[in-house]
Amino acid sequence: MRAVLSVVGRDAVGIIASVSQGCAECGVNILDISQTVLHDYFTMIMITDIDRINVPFTEFVDRMAALGREKGLEIHAMHEDIFNAMHRI
Amino acid sequence: MIDRNDIFETLNMIREERLDIRTVTMGISLWDCGGDSADRVAERIYDKITSRARDLVKVCATIEKEYGIPIINKRVSVTPIALAAGALDRDGMIKVAKALDRAAHELGINFIGGYGALVQKGFSNGSRELIASIPEALADTERVCSSVNVASTKAGINMDAVAEMGRVILRTAELTHKKGAIGCAKLVVFANAPEDNPFMAGAFHGVGEAETVINVGVSGPGVVASAIRRAGDVDLTEIAETIKRTAFKITRMGQLVAEEASRRLNVPFGIVDLSLAPTPAVGDSVAEILENIGLEKCGGCGTTAALAMLNDAVKKGGVMASSHVGGLSGAFIPVSEDAGMIAAASCGALTLAKLEAMTAVCSVGLDMIAIPGDTTAETISGVIADEMAIGMVNSKTTAVRLIPFGKPGDMVTFGGLLGEAPVIELPRYSPSRMIHRGGRIPAPIQSLKN
Repeated sequence: MRAVLSVVGRDAVGIIASVSQGCAECGVNILDISQTVLHDYFTMIMITDIDRINVPFTEFVDRMAALGREKGLEIHAMHEDIFNAMHRI
Repeated sequence: MIDRNDIFETLNMIREERLDIRTVTMGISLWDCGGDSADRVAERIYDKITSRARDLVKVCATIEKEYGIPIINKRVSVTPIALAAGALDRDGMIKVAKALDRAAHELGINFIGGYGALVQKGFSNGSRELIASIPEALADTERVCSSVNVASTKAGINMDAVAEMGRVILRTAELTHKKGAIGCAKLVVFANAPEDNPFMAGAFHGVGEAETVINVGVSGPGVVASAIRRAGDVDLTEIAETIKRTAFKITRMGQLVAEEASRRLNVPFGIVDLSLAPTPAVGDSVAEILENIGLEKCGGCGTTAALAMLNDAVKKGGVMASSHVGGLSGAFIPVSEDAGMIAAASCGALTLAKLEAMTAVCSVGLDMIAIPGDTTAETISGVIADEMAIGMVNSKTTAVRLIPFGKPGDMVTFGGLLGEAPVIELPRYSPSRMIHRGGRIPAPIQSLKN
């Protein structure tokens, strides 16, 4: 199973590092990262593998949201099924 | 791999355009709760609802978090109480209403529907008692919703019930006057009521339904309005295509949530209701969609045509996205619950006559309309009769939810999702003599399909 992490906020040093560390602590494996910085705004989409996640997925969602608040970013973790349902027939 | 643009589109729909699951409604059969002791019946109903729907709110909260999609309301609908508790008298019915309200509080759901009766052809004893109890039941409870089906294409219109509902609406307004006649916001009169509708106030668990079932109502007027705005200067065929594509995506999300809720609660999946349900929040308005199609103001000439196209395109887009589509499935036009409709009614662009025409081509009816508090019961019955006739002849659901309160020009405020509405004027001439004739308007010729 996979999850999508979206990270949006003002650019700063170490955003990817802190998000990656948060993933690693929960046993979430990063499969793909795509990020841009536009007008000082940092946008990142991360596709992750959650098969070996070591906390309940809802707790991971909360931890990521808390990390976002701490760093002044908006971080949302969402199960990939919602994207597949909406965009794949 | 999931496409980056698709991810951004979904995130934008949820964060910026207010896409959400409007309701996950669990239908619960109360056929096995009957009896002739009101206390026993009320206790059985309370126990059954609180045990069957025990995990509803918790499971929905988990789904909401895992998929990142807001689920605004969790609700329960039950077998019409006039049938499930048909042996009780008026006071007994009120005890049941209070038990439903306690169950709703215990479960943490915001509404429970099904305090109602099906009287399109005539009254059973239970139906008479229940209808008589509605004003008090709604005044004494907070979360109970009531609906009465008084007409159908197959049976015609029960004009005795129409006359009675005029009086019931007025009495409900009187008893809840101090709270802005809020009781009337929880009372719907139907023609061709759907038995699997997840939306309030009209939800009930139909007689042919399973023991328990999960029905889901999607929403997303803001997403459709934005898609039309982005489409730019294109012709109406292209606008219809844009609405279809958007409705498909919205419904797929509803289907996913319905399947997940059904699996996790171990309750069969019933239907997804494709309705575009507005809220008073800016950017979540069906009127705004119509205005983005190209109307200066909702209610002006062209409104009925634009709404007909919208309603049809929503169904065409949504029907392929779900394995079972049901309920009302179309565009809702509640006046008080839609910022664009409130604005249109306030500036006089939207009149009762135009609203009535609009109900002929969309999914509900004269919904959440504030009318003068001194309106007579006969006039209210006349409004109901007209609306029921539209439903009966066109083989579609129509409904009436009127709030008699204040005087023309006043603003009635209900708060929350129920919003606020300007009091609009009704025609001055009375239908009194017709209403007092009573009897039944026979079923139309199109009912004879066999």
